[in-house]
Amino acid sequence: MFQLSAQGLQEVQKELKRYETKESAIIPALYIAQKENKGWVNDEVIHHLSKVMEIPESRINEVFKFYTMFNQRPVGKFHVQVCANISCALNGGRELAQHICKELKVGYDQMTEDGRYTVSKVECLGSCGTAPMMQVNDKYYENLTPESAMNILRGLK
Amino acid sequence: METKLLTEHYDKEEFRNLDGYKRHGGYEVLKKALKMQPQSIIDEVKASGLRGRGGAGFATGVKWGFLPKNNEPRYLLCNADEGEPGTYKDRLMMEKAPHQLIEGMVISGFAIGSNKGYIYIRGEYDYPIAVVEQALKEAYSAGLLGKNILGSGFDFDLDVYKGAGAYICGEETGMISSLEGLKGQPKLKPPFPAVQGYLKKPTIVNNVETLAAVVPIIKDGAAAYRKFGTEKSAGTKLFSLSGNVVKPGNYEVPLAYPLKDMIYKLGGGLKPGRKLKAVIPGGSSAPVLTAEEAEKALLDYESLAGMGSMLGSGAIIVIDDSQCMVDMLGVLTHFYNHESCGQCTPCREGTGWLNKIVHSILEGRGRLQDLDLLVKVADNMKGRTICALSDAAALPVISFVSKFRDEFEFYVREGRSKVKGTSYAEMHH
Ligand SMILES: Cc1cc2nc3c(=O)[nH]c(=O)nc-3n(C[C@H](O)[C@H](O)[C@H](O)COP(=O)(O)O)c2cc1C
Ligand code: SF4
Ligand code: FES
Repeated sequence: MFQLSAQGLQEVQKELKRYETKESAIIPALYIAQKENKGWVNDEVIHHLSKVMEIPESRINEVFKFYTMFNQRPVGKFHVQVCANISCALNGGRELAQHICKELKVGYDQMTEDGRYTVSKVECLGSCGTAPMMQVNDKYYENLTPESAMNILRGLK
Repeated sequence: METKLLTEHYDKEEFRNLDGYKRHGGYEVLKKALKMQPQSIIDEVKASGLRGRGGAGFATGVKWGFLPKNNEPRYLLCNADEGEPGTYKDRLMMEKAPHQLIEGMVISGFAIGSNKGYIYIRGEYDYPIAVVEQALKEAYSAGLLGKNILGSGFDFDLDVYKGAGAYICGEETGMISSLEGLKGQPKLKPPFPAVQGYLKKPTIVNNVETLAAVVPIIKDGAAAYRKFGTEKSAGTKLFSLSGNVVKPGNYEVPLAYPLKDMIYKLGGGLKPGRKLKAVIPGGSSAPVLTAEEAEKALLDYESLAGMGSMLGSGAIIVIDDSQCMVDMLGVLTHFYNHESCGQCTPCREGTGWLNKIVHSILEGRGRLQDLDLLVKVADNMKGRTICALSDAAALPVISFVSKFRDEFEFYVREGRSKVKGTSYAEMHH
């Protein structure tokens, strides 16, 4: 059964007091739990958060399902999100995404066999002047070429 | 040439720290403001002609004037959700000048009588969030936030709220829902947030750039701000230039700056051998301009509205002659379909239909009557929904199909792109 670490629990308690209402802590708590659950959220996580936060599971669940940054399925250690929106598409963003999938031998939103990568195409990340770009976990990589992107991805520790 | 009212010191690393910001006059305007009457700050902002930089262009001072005239608690929310494709100016402002935003927010909070503000930042902006949070800490330690700011008796608390990936949370009432811990779904207006917003309290929502612009306006006065731009589109604005230009970037220019100078002078023009085909002048929701229209366009609210488009968030997306307009429209219909929150039938169903029809054309299954169908579906999505996303999804479709009809007809007839010569399947799988 999923349980937050002592530190995670403390962080959630802090978020519960941080905003005007405790429901505002649902998003922050989901972030904390997702990080401790290898990058994704399942029923066990929701169940645990519900008990810790004293908020019904259904309330947490509807928030969880609404936002794209919460993963409903396991993702690789490195979640590679390539922008496929317009400014990037005008600069080869979609071809970049395709190239990465081909090199890593994996389809979109699937995990590589070694569990290292999941590649997704995503909407505009606010980095349109440095297209094409990708976000890997929390970090942006900009002005990419197919080669530079693969070098970055292969070098990730 | 740029006109840098907001961005003058953005090239200096130190500007993002409190000390560096102060070295360039930071928080001096706050000192001045705290000695003014709140109402005279609102009057100054009204007189400046400042209009919301988030997309709708509503007069900021007028919006502030909608707040109830009593002592009821009220909130000031900064919209830093920045999800409109092509837009990346708020990110720059937060990364380079977080204190400018904080200073603008404390002044604005003082003016409208609010003691509590939030900066709602999109979840993907991990780095800007870190920069802003660090700046908030510095401001608290220096007595620029919290109780009795600079001995004025005015209290103002400010915190960050991190979104979690949903374009619709940029819509002000969607943002309020999200901040309340709900799904980020927009709410029916009226009541407008100024009357009943966050937690049903009076709430002002303003964009990052709008709040930052309050600083130069209070510093030098409305008349000085009005030296830039036009009567109805006053001041300077940051434009995010992207797409097929040599030097994409954020450029601050007076409103009514010529679009062609933005592309050819500041943006360095197109790549060698390429010709301009189209420009989306105000973020993905703005109707597209043809190259001829773009040559004549001025970057202010009225001029672009007069051409049937809009200034929006100030994201200028340049499209050259190597691009297929059918393919690009497919990118946009996919986006709006993905981002519709699903509450309103015309939007939920309409964005789905538009995306299906455009993709059936791209996959070689299009029929000529689909082009009229696209326009008809789009027409039915306008003006009938809780928020403006539905219109934002419809407008690009109508403009793409009517202005570049030959490309769409060719694709339907031949099952491949007039420009690329190949089909979507060959291009992207
Ligand atoms: C679908 C949709 C998305 C929006 N996204 C943003 C956004 O990311 N940032 C923003 O400031 N305004 C956005 N807006 C506009 C806001 O609803 C609101 O008008 C604005 O934040 C008000 O601030 P301003 O008057 O300072 O521009 C969006 C509107 C719609 C309909
Ligand atoms: S118009 Fe679309 S996005 Fe806006 S509230 Fe309705 S369904 Fe949601
Ligand atoms: S379109 Fe790719 S980051 Fe904006």
